[in-house]
Amino acid sequence: MNEQLNLGQFMLQQSGKLLDQTIAHIGLTCISLLIAVAVGLPLGIWIADKKRAAWFVLGVAGILQTIPSIALLGFMIPLLGIGALPAIAALFLYALLPVIRNTYTGITGVDPAITESARGMGMNKWQILFQVEIPLAMPVILAGIRTATVINVGVATLAAYIAAGGLGEFIFGGIALNNTNMILAGAIPAALLAILLDFLLSLFQKANLKKMRKVTLILPVLLILFSSFYIIPYTSEKILAGFTPEFMGREDGYLGLKSKYKLDISTVVISDAVMYKAAFENKLDVISGYSTDGRLKAYDLVTLEDDKTIFPPYYAAPLVRQDVLQKHPELQPALDILSGVINDSIMTELNYRVDYQKQLPEKVALDFMLEKGLYKKPQTGPEAGIIRLGSKIFAEQYILINMYKMLIEGNTKLKVVTRTGLGGTKICFDALTNNEIDMYPEYTGTGLLVILKPDKKTLDPIIGNREKVFDFVQKEFSDQYKLSWLKPIGFNNAYALMMRRSQAQSLRIKTISDLKNYLSNENHQH
Amino acid sequence: MIIARNVSKEFNGIKAVNNISFEVKEGQTLVFLGTSGCGKTTTLKILNRLIEPSDGEITINGKNILSLQPEILRRSIGYVSQNNGLFPHYTVAENIAIVPNLLKWDKVRTSERSNILLDQLKLPVTEYANKYPDELSGGQKQRVALARALVSDPPVLLMDEPFGALDPITRANVRKEFLELPELKSKTIVLVTHDVQEAFELGDQICLMDKGIIVQTGSPEELIFKPINEFTRNFFSHQRLQLELGALKFSSIWESLTDASSSSKPSLNSNQSLWEGMEMLSEKNEETLVVRNSEDNSYKEVSIQTIQSVYLENKRNR
Ligand SMILES: Nc1ncnc2c1ncn2[C@@H]1O[C@H](COP(=O)(O)OP(=O)(O)OP(=O)(O)O)[C@@H](O)[C@H]1O
Ligand SMILES: [Mg+2]
Repeated sequence: MNEQLNLGQFMLQQSGKLLDQTIAHIGLTCISLLIAVAVGLPLGIWIADKKRAAWFVLGVAGILQTIPSIALLGFMIPLLGIGALPAIAALFLYALLPVIRNTYTGITGVDPAITESARGMGMNKWQILFQVEIPLAMPVILAGIRTATVINVGVATLAAYIAAGGLGEFIFGGIALNNTNMILAGAIPAALLAILLDFLLSLFQKANLKKMRKVTLILPVLLILFSSFYIIPYTSEKILAGFTPEFMGREDGYLGLKSKYKLDISTVVISDAVMYKAAFENKLDVISGYSTDGRLKAYDLVTLEDDKTIFPPYYAAPLVRQDVLQKHPELQPALDILSGVINDSIMTELNYRVDYQKQLPEKVALDFMLEKGLYKKPQTGPEAGIIRLGSKIFAEQYILINMYKMLIEGNTKLKVVTRTGLGGTKICFDALTNNEIDMYPEYTGTGLLVILKPDKKTLDPIIGNREKVFDFVQKEFSDQYKLSWLKPIGFNNAYALMMRRSQAQSLRIKTISDLKNYLSNENHQH
Repeated sequence: MIIARNVSKEFNGIKAVNNISFEVKEGQTLVFLGTSGCGKTTTLKILNRLIEPSDGEITINGKNILSLQPEILRRSIGYVSQNNGLFPHYTVAENIAIVPNLLKWDKVRTSERSNILLDQLKLPVTEYANKYPDELSGGQKQRVALARALVSDPPVLLMDEPFGALDPITRANVRKEFLELPELKSKTIVLVTHDVQEAFELGDQICLMDKGIIVQTGSPEELIFKPINEFTRNFFSHQRLQLELGALKFSSIWESLTDASSSSKPSLNSNQSLWEGMEMLSEKNEETLVVRNSEDNSYKEVSIQTIQSVYLENKRNR
């Protein structure tokens, strides 16, 4: 299963998926483009002789263009849900500016002497529009359509974030899984598609002015043809799951759900940035999230118990350089104070305060320490040394290192400097081994799967067990890197399946097996 | 027959055309002459309602133009705009076929008619019909624009500096061809120019314009010999001698010329101007030439000396 495939073999093996994704990609691009042309062209023509309207329309389209694509997709969810519809709407909005602007520029750029002579010969407004202005503006309009096409092929990869499919599924899955073949299997066809469509349109654009009249007819026909490849997928399933591209490709994710639980559920691929909200708004019923995410509380979701333990434990614990522990023996007892104090729901609550109530991590940490009676004033007197704390860039880690700072400075004469925002796991870990920081909070599952990456044989017997995983990473990190895992803090930020509380209660689903049973009963009834 | 009464046009409160009246008789050519910005183009465009007048009344062949739908009106008036206005995405043939198509002529009729015109305008059909405007010279474009305006045989033709973009030599040649075109003989033509020479050659009547008003209307001869004010006089002062000689036809000084024998071979006719006589004399390097009067078939003799003395005498008498 893990033997190296080359890119060709991968694409061949996944050719079915690849074809689906490519068709969806072309479909998304062309449908949105078609609508953008259908709306943008008349709009561009309409504003061509209206200065104020032009200023306004171009301004609005320009503002739309500056909205980051993922944010625009996010805005679409409350309005249009997830799937093809919001993706097409967002792509349409992106394609609008180049189409309107170039139509406007093209039409206003037509030599007024020519339109005047057309009027002088007795052509009416519409005859002038269709026989003179549009054909003469066509090269400029086509340039706009080309720009819009290339933009759309690119942005359409993001459609995978909101369950609309397309080549982004491979690209983002590949990035999340660090699978180069998968990234390329999505990125290369996407690039080729952009080049191909651009080239096709450039042929139209180069056609001389006379042929412009034919181009005006052929282009919409072609667009409709391309669009029709793609029938907007929709699902009428009772229970719909939305999983991140990463989760879809993992053994300790969707693959495990299928093999160990025999879970048979309709799925769409979606980004974790919008997933929770989509679940909250009834667009999705089951999602793959992290157990302590603040959004769990914000959107009133519950996690399903992993009763067959396919998700490895992600217990957080301080990861510290051994030389620092030896040099400052008073350090470890201070750090251990937090052990066992924070469980899943407490951590979720704390994350919620930072992520959703926008409280400062320092304040959340201080309030918590005060509440638990763990806070001590920083000790005075000569300092015994400096401890450098690092953290990855998300709320949970900020909260934790602020707590550790208080514990160290309150219980020892050591001083603390913090180096927050060290990107992801890799950056933190490298900073630690390169002696740039002394400790940071890490998760056992991450240590196991991202850093140690043991083979399947080693992995299988330990993966579901909290203690075994902890013992394994503790031993290996000590042997290989001279790093110590201290006692776990208590909460487990593992993968989890989540549902809306109300739905889970009414369907009496508490565990993943409950979900599985519910789904197979449903299927029997059909 | 075009009659304009008290026509004005304001642009943002400024009168580009200020209360002008004029008439063009059937089959005649009226030239609007004046410096840049005096309102010539504006006046012309009012006639086919490319510009709506602020005030005044215009009738063409008895119909008030404001009572007609503009598109219908324009299809019955040939129009050659200031910079030819050919459609760059249409071939010569397609450009010429625009008005016939608007009038829903059938294809055969259109192509027969445009072939005749291209022939008359010395643009061989086989060579030029399928060319695009940017493959033509300036003079050729101008002729296509003319053919396009003439194709539906409109009784009225409006032309805005039709030869404006051409060099002086081509311009003189195209103008000559233009004068000889049988198509144009019966047309009522309104032509705009700032070229005095052109106005004198082409106009039966000339309206000299300045700052939106018509300073003086009259035949070339009247304008040059009977200027009503300083403006008119000064306007022609640079080319006075040439214009005066050009405005005088042999027919109008017939009596002062000496008879020639009726057996001699004439090289001029009495409708030509003294200027043309001078040109011919120096071109042929002859002492004398014979002029024929086409009305009574009499013959007279002219030389540089006779032209000079007749001209001076004529001036003194006015
Ligand atoms: N659409 C318009 N809006 C405002 N002013 C105009 C407009 N058209 C013409 N004018 C003004 O009216 C005056 C007459 O313009 P017109 O085009 O009739 O001049 P012209 O005699 O044809 O000059 P030229 O020989 O340079 O073509 C000018 O002062 C010009 O600026
Ligand atoms: Mg003009």
